[in-house]
Amino acid sequence: MTLVSGWLLYGWSIAVQTKTKKTLAKPNIRNIVVVDGVRTPFLLSGTSYKDLMPHDVARAALTGLLHRTSVPKEVVDYIIFGTVIQEVKTSNVAREAALGAGFSDKTPAHTVTMACISANQAMTTGVGLIASGQCDVVVAGGVELMSDIPIRHSRKMRKLMLDLNKAKSVGQRLSVISKFRLNFLAPELPAVAEFSTSETMGHSADRLAAAFAVSRLEQDEYALRSHSLAKKAQDEGLLSDVVPFKVPGKDTVTKDNGIRPSSLEQMAKLKPAFIRPYGTVTAANSSFLTDGASAMLIMAEEKALAMGYKPKAYLRDFMYVSQDPKDQLLLGPTYATPKVLEKAGLTMNDIDAFEFHEAFSGQILANFKAMDSDWFAQNYMGRKTKIGLPPLEKFNNWGGSLSLGHPFGATGCRLVMAAANRLRKEGGQYGLVAACAAGGQGHAMIVEAYPK
Amino acid sequence: MVACRAIGILGRFSAFRILRSRGYICRNFTESSALLTRTHINYGVKGDVAVIRINSPNSKVNTLNKELHSEFIEVMNEIWASDQIRSAVLISSKPGCFIAGADINMLAACKTPQEVTQISQEAQRTFEKLEKSTKPVVAAISGSCLGGGLELAVSCQYRIATKDRKTVLGTPEVLLGILPGAGGTQRLPKMVGVPAAFDMMLTGRNIRADRAKKMGLVDQLVEPLGPGLKPPEERTIEYLEEVAITFAKGLADKKISPKRDKGLVEKLTAYAMTIPFVRQQVYKKVEEKVRKQTKGLYPAPLKIIDVVKTGIEQGSDAGYLSESQKFGELAMTKESKALMGLYHGQVLCKKNKFGAPQKDVKHLAILGAGLMGAGIAQVSVDKGLKTLLKDATLTGLGRGQQQVFKGLNDKVKKKALTSFERDSIFSNLTGQLDYQGFEKADMVIEAVFEDLSLKHRVLKEVEAVIPDHCVFASNTSALPISEIAAVSKRPEKVIGMHYFSPVDKMQLLEIITTEKTSKDTSASAVAVGLKQGKVIIVVKDGPGFYTTRCLAPMMSEVIRILQEGVDPKKLDSLTTSFGFPVGAATLVDEVGVDVAKHVAEDLGKAFGERFGGGNPELLTQMVSKGFLGRKSGKGFYIYQEGVKNKNLNSDMDSILASLKIPPKSEVSSDEDIQFRLVTSFVNEAVMCLQEGILATPAEGDIGAVFGLGFPPCLGGPFCFVDLYGAQKLVDRLKKYEAAYGKQFTPCQLLADHANSPNKKFYQ
Repeated sequence: MTLVSGWLLYGWSIAVQTKTKKTLAKPNIRNIVVVDGVRTPFLLSGTSYKDLMPHDVARAALTGLLHRTSVPKEVVDYIIFGTVIQEVKTSNVAREAALGAGFSDKTPAHTVTMACISANQAMTTGVGLIASGQCDVVVAGGVELMSDIPIRHSRKMRKLMLDLNKAKSVGQRLSVISKFRLNFLAPELPAVAEFSTSETMGHSADRLAAAFAVSRLEQDEYALRSHSLAKKAQDEGLLSDVVPFKVPGKDTVTKDNGIRPSSLEQMAKLKPAFIRPYGTVTAANSSFLTDGASAMLIMAEEKALAMGYKPKAYLRDFMYVSQDPKDQLLLGPTYATPKVLEKAGLTMNDIDAFEFHEAFSGQILANFKAMDSDWFAQNYMGRKTKIGLPPLEKFNNWGGSLSLGHPFGATGCRLVMAAANRLRKEGGQYGLVAACAAGGQGHAMIVEAYPK
Repeated sequence: MVACRAIGILGRFSAFRILRSRGYICRNFTESSALLTRTHINYGVKGDVAVIRINSPNSKVNTLNKELHSEFIEVMNEIWASDQIRSAVLISSKPGCFIAGADINMLAACKTPQEVTQISQEAQRTFEKLEKSTKPVVAAISGSCLGGGLELAVSCQYRIATKDRKTVLGTPEVLLGILPGAGGTQRLPKMVGVPAAFDMMLTGRNIRADRAKKMGLVDQLVEPLGPGLKPPEERTIEYLEEVAITFAKGLADKKISPKRDKGLVEKLTAYAMTIPFVRQQVYKKVEEKVRKQTKGLYPAPLKIIDVVKTGIEQGSDAGYLSESQKFGELAMTKESKALMGLYHGQVLCKKNKFGAPQKDVKHLAILGAGLMGAGIAQVSVDKGLKTLLKDATLTGLGRGQQQVFKGLNDKVKKKALTSFERDSIFSNLTGQLDYQGFEKADMVIEAVFEDLSLKHRVLKEVEAVIPDHCVFASNTSALPISEIAAVSKRPEKVIGMHYFSPVDKMQLLEIITTEKTSKDTSASAVAVGLKQGKVIIVVKDGPGFYTTRCLAPMMSEVIRILQEGVDPKKLDSLTTSFGFPVGAATLVDEVGVDVAKHVAEDLGKAFGERFGGGNPELLTQMVSKGFLGRKSGKGFYIYQEGVKNKNLNSDMDSILASLKIPPKSEVSSDEDIQFRLVTSFVNEAVMCLQEGILATPAEGDIGAVFGLGFPPCLGGPFCFVDLYGAQKLVDRLKKYEAAYGKQFTPCQLLADHANSPNKKFYQ
């Protein structure tokens, strides 16, 4: 009798461990693999990268990738980079970086933008090119340099300057100049604010946290977890996607510099950053302005194998979602997660590694509460039941954007590489990457470990 | 579009923006409150903070009345007596309403000024006690906080408001002919400064939460929340309460100071107001302005100034006493009764007496992108109606689209909309020259030129393309709807919707039903009008309906008065000093002389001698000379771009001279001239009720005041008959009848009222 029940128990526990699907390969569709991916160290903006231009940082990621993968430049069919705050001189930063990194000038490159999921867009654009047979080898990446942002002259001043350009005679010029007023000199700063609502993202995150009744303490605790895990991962050398970057005129940068585990007491002392004086989002529980770039080599599986590579992971189903940019700005992961799982035919239990973009502690926790709420699922997602919580022990185990940093245009590749590397290290099969983005958009993708 | 192509000018007179807000609310209690314990207010204790919740039973809004007042005293006494409680939060359980004001019926029930004064004094005492509370009380405001509600809030130690559109603060008492009688006149000047307090109390305007924060009327704002684990509104109120509790605790612990940092301008103003000479100048200026705007017809604003002055110059005891006494006096004035009557009428005209239509109108089509068509489009798109705007020409259409855009963009400039909201609202508008998409229309409103054959043509064209359920509404000011409907295949779907220009400013919509118009069609039209934010009267079809018809005899009298040699400027001043927002001669110019002529001819034919009086030849000659009024730059006056003071058109002298008739001295005093105009208006209005054009006197009053600028202080023609006395009016009419004949024959219903003094339009 004991034996039988022992067997039964065994059989049951096996059932739990078995994946819903053995693989996500689909008949007649090319398998797409990540050969490898790298990133520059992510730095607090205004530190070592502050004198660079975005394409310099992007170039560092690209040369790092070339070095890491030894891919012959001529096999690269296409290069795509994501970026958010554009440097106007290098509006197609992908092309400028690729040329400088020594890629063939015969390899076309373009730049995409989709707020914080720009690198995700770069990757999935590459996936589309390969899946449709247009390309075999694509480099996807992203870059952001918040140390320098385009501050413009006011519209009035710009107009005056353009008019002055067109003025022919001295008289005309004088008449244009006579229109000048001192207030024309007030500059225009780009804001991390929604164009549609004029609300800054931090403000929206604070309201979101309040809507889901996320307390300040919960947020600080989560931020502390992120920093502690990142520190641990950094110390143990798990962040293998980081490549050293010799900054011209400065020392070689080898690691992320925003990881700063503090204490709850210290964090509690901070004043709210956005909704003053009673809000809950502070500098300590938000991601910080970051400089950095990432790049990744994506290939059709057969091409990678033919070239003798041992890929790290498959890029599988992905999903973009969008919702109300005012009140649901940062709920992308909640909406995207169930959809991508359903599309792939997986359940939450199948996922071994969750890598979610952490814009704010409050945003992550609000997403958790939304995913754990039947009421929210029924009233806002058209689902009968809640999605369920991702188990915390599988969630962002090597830190996240809160601690590692968040160069807007580059984070997507970091998430995918973290998932792929974690699956290899921890022995899982499926990873789920999810992120929110300005504009009320979101993204999720399934990463499948490449069999060893 | 006589009636009012131009009475839009009304909109420019801010003093007459009547009753847009609800400061006072009327509810009738059927249950005996004595039997129930604390039905309006309750409280719970969270830690050491008492959370007082206001929730008047069986109503969407909270109203300050005797029951609520006494329960509030009870609750506060318990809180003050409790050792456990150190501070309190005052919050409403109703979404969208903190306290909408005092109960208007409570005042109406009073027979003497003393009774009203007593109510005021009781409230003053309670609020003073609250103000002096050693346990800090935080008012957590979400939704309307008006009148007595605001006076309660400003008596608290701290105020936190939700920053949403529903949250408005204000003292609309002046619009009801009274004053803030619960300490408001004393506390507001101290809180926001004398000039801002005067502005609030004299205009009665609603103040949005963010503005209130800048003024110092509230101390903190709470942003509205989106969806979370509960519906957004519910969670927002909960959040407001949570935030208010932390502030209540902070105040009790003295970690937060209730004192506010004042800006430089505020400090300077406050300093200037300490100088007696400056204060006297401010009082003088404000008083001058009020006298100029009200022409001395409204007692409330002057008393408000007086009471504020007393409080500042003689101390708060004198101030409070003066406030309560003047409050009592004002509540008994005719003006106040007239304005309160209008308030009741307005509430009535904001309801759909036909019930909900079978099908909601979601797609609206408008024919004609002129001033009216585009105006109607503007008030529709911003309410989320998908609107097709069709015109015959691209230039006409472009002009109309620009009008809609400008209307929205002006709101952006005033920060009432964001540019993004403007764009998104504007995308509800589709401009076109053909009938594409009309197959989806639930309602078509035609606003083409006032010409019967043209209206017939478009009706036939439209009926060929619209679905069966679609309502056809005609925006006309004088053409009988039944004549328009004569060519319709489905006359039960045809109705009149008479808008007033400018549509986005004028609140009135006159809906005209014919014998054949179905109830569901009426329900649809009223529903659309309400959605567009209109105050609606529903009248029967007939020449000139109600509004245009009332105006016509008065206009005829205007011509006669001018023929008798009264200067247009003098006539204007006589009419405005009677309470009309626009002078009679200016009104003709604004309406358009050609339009006036058109209507005078049409209605003259329909009503014959009764609508005689002045010689229409005057208008004919003006039209032939191109003096069409403001639109052509010349009418009785000369209009020039950028010139504020208009001059008389001297070319009119010869026309007036050629038509001159001798004045009759027995009916030509200033007062007689005023009454000749008003009585002809009133007589016609009463006749409309007698003939069943009007269903109720209340609609007649609302139509006259909101559509035609009938003096609001008189409450509308019917209220005026009640307050002035039917007998006195009939006497006057008979005097003028003796001089001029049939135009002034009192109608039967008015005569009946004169004969039996107990008969009143409002019981």
